[in-house]
Amino acid sequence: MLQLDNISKAFGGRIALDGVSFDVRDGRMTGFVGGNGAGKTTTMRILLGVLEGDAGEIFLDGDPLGAQQRRHFGYMPEERGLYPKMKVREQLVYLARLHGLSSADAGRSADSLVEELGLGERRDSTLESLSLGNQQRAQIAAALVHDPQILVLDEPFSGLDPLAVDTVVEVLKQRAASGASVLFSSHQLEIVERLCDDLVIIAEGSIRVSGEREALRTAHSSPRYTITAGSDLGWLRAEPDITVVEFDGGHATFDTTESAAAQRVLSRAVLDGDVTTFAPQRASLSQIFREVI
Amino acid sequence: MKTTTARRHSPSFTQSVVLVAEREITARLRSKTFLVTTGILLVLVLGGVIAGGIISNTSSTVPVAVVSSMSSELSNVNGLDLTVVDDRAEAEALVSEGTVDAAVVPSAEGSANRVTIIAESEAPSSLVRALSVAPEVELLNPSQTDETLRYLAAIGFGLIFFFSGMTFGPMISQSVVEEKQTRIVEILMSAVPVSALMAGKVIGNSLLAFAQIIAIAVLAIVGLSVTGQAELLSLLGAPLLWFVGFFIIGFVLLAALFAAVGAMVSRQEDLGSAMAPVTMLIMLPYFAIVFLNDNPVALTVMSYIPFSAPVGMPMRLFLGTAAWWEPLVALALLVVTAGLAILLGARIYNNSLLKIGSRVSWAQAIKG
Repeated sequence: MLQLDNISKAFGGRIALDGVSFDVRDGRMTGFVGGNGAGKTTTMRILLGVLEGDAGEIFLDGDPLGAQQRRHFGYMPEERGLYPKMKVREQLVYLARLHGLSSADAGRSADSLVEELGLGERRDSTLESLSLGNQQRAQIAAALVHDPQILVLDEPFSGLDPLAVDTVVEVLKQRAASGASVLFSSHQLEIVERLCDDLVIIAEGSIRVSGEREALRTAHSSPRYTITAGSDLGWLRAEPDITVVEFDGGHATFDTTESAAAQRVLSRAVLDGDVTTFAPQRASLSQIFREVI
Repeated sequence: MKTTTARRHSPSFTQSVVLVAEREITARLRSKTFLVTTGILLVLVLGGVIAGGIISNTSSTVPVAVVSSMSSELSNVNGLDLTVVDDRAEAEALVSEGTVDAAVVPSAEGSANRVTIIAESEAPSSLVRALSVAPEVELLNPSQTDETLRYLAAIGFGLIFFFSGMTFGPMISQSVVEEKQTRIVEILMSAVPVSALMAGKVIGNSLLAFAQIIAIAVLAIVGLSVTGQAELLSLLGAPLLWFVGFFIIGFVLLAALFAAVGAMVSRQEDLGSAMAPVTMLIMLPYFAIVFLNDNPVALTVMSYIPFSAPVGMPMRLFLGTAAWWEPLVALALLVVTAGLAILLGARIYNNSLLKIGSRVSWAQAIKG
């Protein structure tokens, strides 16, 4: 487990990070969400040792994180880039070896990753000759090629077409399933929502919320339900313990603190005709996001 | 919940440097620009050696007509192609029809000279020299090398250092900027220490420069001996070896500075102005050596200044004006300067590498 403890950083007089603390757990995908300039990239750079924090500590499995362990991290910086004139496979092998893999292991790893990411046919093309989407895939491969147990990805999905997003999501999920810790930032809240197990929200250099996604959603949900039925739901307004938030013929959204009241509503609606949906409404990521920043 | 990173070893500093240097070398060897410039340089050196050979061998034979009574006297003079004729009239005829360049006949009775040379419009100087009686010359302070040779050697050493510096120096800067411009530098920094990155770059490119200089030295030595200029070779031999030694240290000095200025900019377009001060450090000594090589004081000073020593000291060794300990002192001075340049370069490199955008100022780069 990776633990950030009270990390602070100022650039000149401007405070970029103010006591940032959160955990990245093994085998889980942790989504790191925040607006532009909130401090995501700075946090990640400090995590990787590319930047030095002014204060605070980072622990890996309880021990202070050192340069040796950092070298095994996988990193995809926000500012993308590989060698334009080097062949895809060649740069992957080079990077893997810089991270400490033997020449043979680096070759094997590069080969399987290139296949996995759908770059097999382009392995011997120079990076500059690839399409932008394929360059992005190569970039992901560069972060994964040394089979890191800790993956730090800054906006890994930006610039990817939907198909590529799916490929990358699959690859990342697989890494997490095999025990790797994945920390990724993204603007695309719906991808984060779909992908992350844990969630960290940062704004103005400080962590606003962090924890398991589902727990956060529950915590931020009001006791709200939606119902869609074949019949008119006008009678809802007269029900006790129910506050109708939205109403449109056969569709309604209502709040209630009594789950018994919600069940009563469902029974009555079923008696009147078909009910196509009945669900407690959970806070979406974007709702939580708007709420906390 | 235990992270398993034990399987991998961490490459040592040296291994990282070797990896980076290896990549630099492969990338360079694939660049057409590099291959072409190296080719041009080698052709130039070879051309110079061959031209030197031709010039030294052009004391070619002069066709000369000689009256039979004098043929025995001329037969042991080198470089003459003798045609024996019966009398002066026949000799004159051969000269005027151009069969021979000149004729040698006995002088008319009463002349102070014993022989007369007959020629169309100008007598071949080699013939005149062969038949002249030279006064005895005794030099109290003989100069060991002649003017032209000294000038050529100055230009030769200077040109090689200048050319290598101007080829490989900017190449190092460019490869640093490339990594900054393409932003791969952040990935590299997360994988290896910045000092290993810089060391690998300096070493990789320096090795290529050394390979080039050694190829030139070998070409020059082989060329000179094949074209029969062994005499020049014996004069040039030791200074040439010193030159290689000075070149290696001098080049590392420049390489460290070029790597540092490369780190200060984020775009290739800004590189020219950032490199200008370092480029000056190559150009000024070069021109000073070329123009001031006949000024012993200037040459002595330049043979100690670290930036001109790689050319200046071998020059003085070639001229035979340096005592045995002088190159050692100059070399020690150069080594110290190179060490300082590496420290300064590493500092600038470290402070500037992540600063993307406008050019990093010298003050910022040095202070951090």
